[in-house]
Order: sequence, then C-alpha cells, then structure tokens
Amino acid sequence: MRKWRWEEDGCTVTRSVCWSAPGTHGGCSVLLHSKDGRLVKVEGDIESPFNQGRLCAKTLGIRRLMEHPQRLKYPMKRTGARGENRWVQISWEEAIDIIVEKFGRIKRDFGPESAIFMQGTGRDAIGLRRLAYSFGSPNYMLCGPASGQACMMPRHAGSILSTGEILHVADVSQFFPERYDYASCKVPKCIMVWGSNPTVTCSDWFFGHWVTDCMKRGSEVIVIDPRYTWIASRAKKWLQIRPGTDAALALGMLKVIIAEDLYDHEFVAQWTHGFEGLKRRVEDYSLERVSEITGIPADKIVEVARIYATSKPACVQWGVGLDMTTECLDSNRAITAMIAMTGNMDMPGGNVFVRFLIDFHSWGDEFVPNDVKQKKFGLKEYPLSSILPGIQPDAWIDAMDQDPPPTRAGWIQGTNTFVGSFADPRRVYGIFKKMEFVVVLDLFNTPTVSAFADIVLPVTMFPERDGVKSFGWDRLQTINKAVEPPGECKSDMEINLLVGRRFNGEAWPWRNEQEIYDALLKPWDMTFDELREKGPVYPKIDYRRYEKGLLRRDKRTGFNTPTGKIELHSTLLDHFGYDPLPKYEEPSISPISTPELAKDYPLILITGGRLPVFFSSEHRQVGGGMREIIPAPIVEINPETAKTLDIFDGDWVWIENHHGKCRMKAKLTRTVKQDLVHAQHGWWFPEKSMEEPTLGGVWESNINLLLPSGLQGKTGFGYPFRANLCKVYKEVNK
Amino acid sequence: MSYALLVDYKYCTGCHSCEIACNQEYHFPLGLSGIKVFESTMAYGDKYDINYMPVRTDLCGFCAGRMKKGKKPACVQHCLSGCLEIIDKQEFADRLPQIKSKQMCFL
Repeated sequence: MRKWRWEEDGCTVTRSVCWSAPGTHGGCSVLLHSKDGRLVKVEGDIESPFNQGRLCAKTLGIRRLMEHPQRLKYPMKRTGARGENRWVQISWEEAIDIIVEKFGRIKRDFGPESAIFMQGTGRDAIGLRRLAYSFGSPNYMLCGPASGQACMMPRHAGSILSTGEILHVADVSQFFPERYDYASCKVPKCIMVWGSNPTVTCSDWFFGHWVTDCMKRGSEVIVIDPRYTWIASRAKKWLQIRPGTDAALALGMLKVIIAEDLYDHEFVAQWTHGFEGLKRRVEDYSLERVSEITGIPADKIVEVARIYATSKPACVQWGVGLDMTTECLDSNRAITAMIAMTGNMDMPGGNVFVRFLIDFHSWGDEFVPNDVKQKKFGLKEYPLSSILPGIQPDAWIDAMDQDPPPTRAGWIQGTNTFVGSFADPRRVYGIFKKMEFVVVLDLFNTPTVSAFADIVLPVTMFPERDGVKSFGWDRLQTINKAVEPPGECKSDMEINLLVGRRFNGEAWPWRNEQEIYDALLKPWDMTFDELREKGPVYPKIDYRRYEKGLLRRDKRTGFNTPTGKIELHSTLLDHFGYDPLPKYEEPSISPISTPELAKDYPLILITGGRLPVFFSSEHRQVGGGMREIIPAPIVEINPETAKTLDIFDGDWVWIENHHGKCRMKAKLTRTVKQDLVHAQHGWWFPEKSMEEPTLGGVWESNINLLLPSGLQGKTGFGYPFRANLCKVYKEVNK
Repeated sequence: MSYALLVDYKYCTGCHSCEIACNQEYHFPLGLSGIKVFESTMAYGDKYDINYMPVRTDLCGFCAGRMKKGKKPACVQHCLSGCLEIIDKQEFADRLPQIKSKQMCFL
C-alpha cells in the first residue's frame, strides 16, 4: 500500500492536497515536508496523475503565508463600533455561545430564513450549506457570492438545461490515473479555449497546463478572447472578440457548421431535440451580421468553425469569461449545441460530463421544511434559480433595501465578497451593515472582517488540517495535516461541526471531522482512513454514457432532460417563459446600447482576467511572496491610446465611469485593442489601516466600484463584469 | 558531472513557479532565487510577440544535492509547462541537432 507519511532527510513528509485554504480551483497533490512542528517546504507529488509533480507559485509559497504576522490566530469579539477594528480575544466556547445565542434569538423572533450563509469560491466550505440547512434556513449563497451568480453557476445552469448534467469539461485524459497511457483516451486534435486563460488559472478543477501538455502532443489551439494572452500567442487561431458578444459568435459558427453540412447527422437525429428550430434561428445570424457584432472578420469565423467541426476529436475549454456577460445562458447553450452537433459530447478528447464525487449540493437540505424552502430569496423573480442550490444574490440585495431588512444574521465563510465578487461594493457595504449580527471565518483580517464582523473565527490553511478533496471530478484524496495550526485556528469543517451541533444536534451527530468524512465517503465504500491509505482514488468513468444508460436514474439510454435528449430547444426555458433557443443580445452597457455614455466613457472596460499569483482577493499580504511579484493593481492600456492620454508605462491612472472610479497603475501593452482596457480585480491593501474609512484601501483600487448593480441576466444568471465602459486619465500629484 | 539548463521557452507561460520553488528550496530571502522570469514583448506590423524567459542567476547551483538523490532540480520539477530540463553539459553537443527554435541553454 502507498505510504501517506514517511521520514526523509530529517523531515517528515506528508502526502496531501492543497485544497484548501487559501482558495484554489485545481487541488494539486502535494508532499508537505515538516520538521520540529514547522513546514519546511511543499513539493508537488510526482506520483500524482493530476499535477505530476508540478505546482503553482501560490502553493509553493504557502509557508510565508502560513507564518505571516497578520494571520488571524484566535477567535475574537468586536469591542468598538463596526469598522473601528477593535477586538478582544475570546475562547472558542465563548465565541460559539455568543453565536448560538444571537442566531437562536433571531430565529425565534424572525424565523430561520432571516439568517443568510455565504461562502466564497475555491474554498473547502462544504459544511456551510449543511450548517445553513440544519439551522433551518434555505438562504445560502455560494461562488463569491457574485452578482448574477457569475462564477461557474451559469455554466452549471446552461449545462443542466441543455444536457441534464451539471457540467461538461474538455477531456484531456484527466479521469484516468494512467492518463494518456489509458487505451480509451484520445488527445484532442483541436482545443478551443473560450473565455478562459488556462495557463494562469485552474478553473473548474481543470489543471490549466494540461492544455500545454496537449499542445506538446500535437493539439492545435484556438483562442477566443478579447486579450492577446500567452495562450493566444501560441494558438493556431485567435479570435479577438468584442466583449459580451460570445453568443453571436457561437450562433455564427453554428450557422457555418449547418450550412456547410459539417455536423454529425446521426447524433443530431438520434440524440438532440429542437434541431429544426435552431437551424431556423441561426438564419438570423448572417456572417456579415455576426462579424459586425463581434468585430471578427467573417472569413476567420468560417475558418475557425471549419477547424473545430472537422478536427476529430475537438474540445472546448470554456471559462468564467462566458459567465461574466449578461445573457450568458445563450452563449453557453449555443456552445454546448456546437459540441453536441459535431459529435464531440461525452467523447474521448471531446467534452465529457462531470459529476461531483461527493454529493454535498443537497447535503442536509432535508432539515429545511418545505414551506421554508419557498422563502429562498429570488425564487419568484428568477424561477430558474430553483434548478441549483443557492439563492440569486441580486434578489437578496434588492430585498435588503426593505425596512426592516429581511436578513438579520449573516455567516460569511471564506469570502471577502464586497472586495472581489459583488458588483457595486458601496451598495453591498450598506446592505451588509444592516445585518444585526455577522460572523466571519477567514485567514486574515480583511475589509469584510473589519467592516461587518461581530465575531471572527480563524481558519487553518491546508497543511494544518485533515480533510477530503471533496470538490472536483477526477479523484478522491485526503488532505492530511502536517503541522499544528498557529494559535487556535480550526478548519472550516470543524467550525461548522462545533456550531452545527449546537444549532441542530440531529443534523450533526458526528463526534469529530473524521466521522463526517466517513459518512460522506460511504457511497464509495470507504472510510477516511482507507482513503488516506489508498488515495488518490479514481472513480471508473466511461465515455458515451448516454448510449449505455449510464446517465439517467431510470437506467434508460439518453440524457437527464425532459425529452431525454440534448435540448437545443430547451423545454425548461420554454416552461419558465424564456426564449427556448439561444439568441444574441447586445450587452446592457456598450458603445452600441448606450451611445450617450460612450461619448463620455469611450473605452470598453473588461475586468477580472486571472493572475498566476493571486486567488481572487487573496495573497495580497506584503511579505507573503506573491504581492512581491505583482505589487500594485494593473490596468492594461494600448500604447496608442495611452499616447493620446499622455499616459506612460507605470503611471498611476484613474479609471472612471458613470458609476464610480478607482486608481491603478498603467501597463502599456498591445495585448489589448485601442478601444479597450483590462483592469485587475480583487485589489485591497492589507498593509494599510484596517479602520474605516481606509478599510484596507478597499475603496481605492476596487474595480467593482465601476460596476452598477442590477445588470444581471433575465434568468438571474450572468453579469457583465467583462463588458462595461470607462475613461482613463492620468493621476495628478500623487 | 557538470550540468546545463535547457529552456524550451516556446512553452514558458510566465507562471513564476520556478522562482518560488527555488526560493523555497534554499530558504532564500524574499525575492531572491536561482532563476528569474522575464517578459519580452514586441510589436511589428500587425504581429505581436510575447515570450517569457526564465534566466539562470548566480544563485543557481543546479540543485546538486537534489540531483544526487535522483530528484529533479526544484525549478525543473515544479515548472507548470515542463519547459525546463537539466542536461549533462558533456552531452550538450549531442543534443544540438534536436534542439528546436525558441530554446535556450544556460551553462
């Protein structure tokens, strides 16, 4: 049996996974070298089929973050007013007593639904939803929470509507421990990277550099991105799309594929629903029109459609860029249609369906009575939000404008949400302040902690805790503690257990975390200890599952949709009164839809391109090693544009529009067009005063200040983080 | 044996893993490492050229200790795109015919 711990060169080596904290979207296998209770170093696990020994800078540099002097180490109670950043250390017992008393009183007086629970992305907080449900509240927000749930949730929704499965991802042999030595695997001939920058992020639990691995094995890459990223520079074709017009491009490509008869007739006839309707719909999208909308020459659209449709197999590595546009269900459903119609769905080297290996989505939802479930925010305004757990965040923000506000208590776990993920942080700030009692769990004192928390609970980082890599699709593996946490930090799961059993003992019958993991692993016929010995464990998956009756609960062939087929025409969208076929809508703020605004704010603003050394708003601590690589917030401007504005490389500039402004440092680069700027997201400055009004510099370089709220898609999914307008001008005398 | 570091910068994505892996391995002060990544960009006509290039610094000792134990150097093992390779300097001449464009060798 493989060892998970051994001695080497005077160090203890512990095999583990870097998920989490801090946040990660990959979850690489690591070897933690420790000595005398300290972490000496982290190495990639060369035996892991996932990352094969490799690691990103964030994980390699974890020691400096773990031992950072600003780390939260003890439970604390606020002593001054909120925002004064005055705290007193308290015991865990006292902290939990206060929480249970306050939440209990609010539940008694206003009902369980008056407490809201929210978590960030990429953080192991699967206990949080059970905590919410066991308290009796249906009001749980995940993935940020972001306006328009614009972080993976739209692609979940679109995938469910189109295919009945929660997501499909590019297949690059990641589901088999033998990787490409496994006979059924095929290297994609073409990888279409759409709205993603895989070499700087591992979004959707897809190790980004699998794309470069495939390039070395001969895969050709097509990149669809407004920016000329590194991967675009190495691509066979790069389409420089105008932000927010992805649906038009996908529909234009579908038109080419249908008109030139490049689709898989057999698959379309047997396994899709609504082809004739879609065929009529794409007639509205002539190449001339699509070219005008997207800014991409017609011949390039034709060329790329042909390459994708005729390369066998071909996959699409899609990303959050698609979620961060308004009507994103249209673009993601059109792309899914293209994958299906070209015979690439659930095929080796195509796109394959994935499922969570541990079913935590509904973990504990039996504890919320049915009548209370109906009190979930946003159900009336956005009925489609019923197909996924979690509430529609914008509906909650709107509801909180009422007096008195419907939410009295807030539990914020692993998210610095008003810095990084919600649009309109000033409005969100006011709304969070309305909550009577707020608990925040985090690693550091963040603007979210300082501005809102009444109680702060300190959380362990991954080398300091046990757990299971429960997110992700490819493998199960235990997270194994290598060193004791500093002070009195506890893991997210342990904190959820300690509070959960006081909320509702029946829902939390376990004595310790390990018993929770034993329970979660039951469907796999394993205990935590067994997984620890055996891991990583790869579940057996198959391709073409629809042909074999492996997708539907009733074991019939086909898909988990109302028609049993891939729904090009969506029965559910029709049912809820939305257009059942993909269409294109102009972004709500753009030179075309808001020409008056464009006169004052002539530049297109896109935000949130990922960076290799930060996870959203994390890793900003000076001395942590990552901030030293990217010390200041960057806005990318084309040199020609900069010249007209008298802006030089490295100048501090203001980025401003009708909604707000913030300051960043200019980087002059031809990777962006002359009419567009790209600004980094998630910026705050932990080295600045955490007191109001400074609040860690949160009002200084936070690009979300330029994003108004209320721009979410009609279905409640999608938000134009990547399609806005602004002007840029040089900062004077600073 | 003396070594050389071969960089296939066609694939260097500028991730900085090599720098942090080295800094961690040798407990160097913040910001120091035996390898450093540079960005080179250039525009000509309607073309735009992006290259990232890891450069060996004087702090690099080719991870002699790791090599003795049969491990790859810290930067080579952790490089996300696998664009770094350590080779025996003596064999470098034999390797020359296989070396493609966008490669660079540090002795």
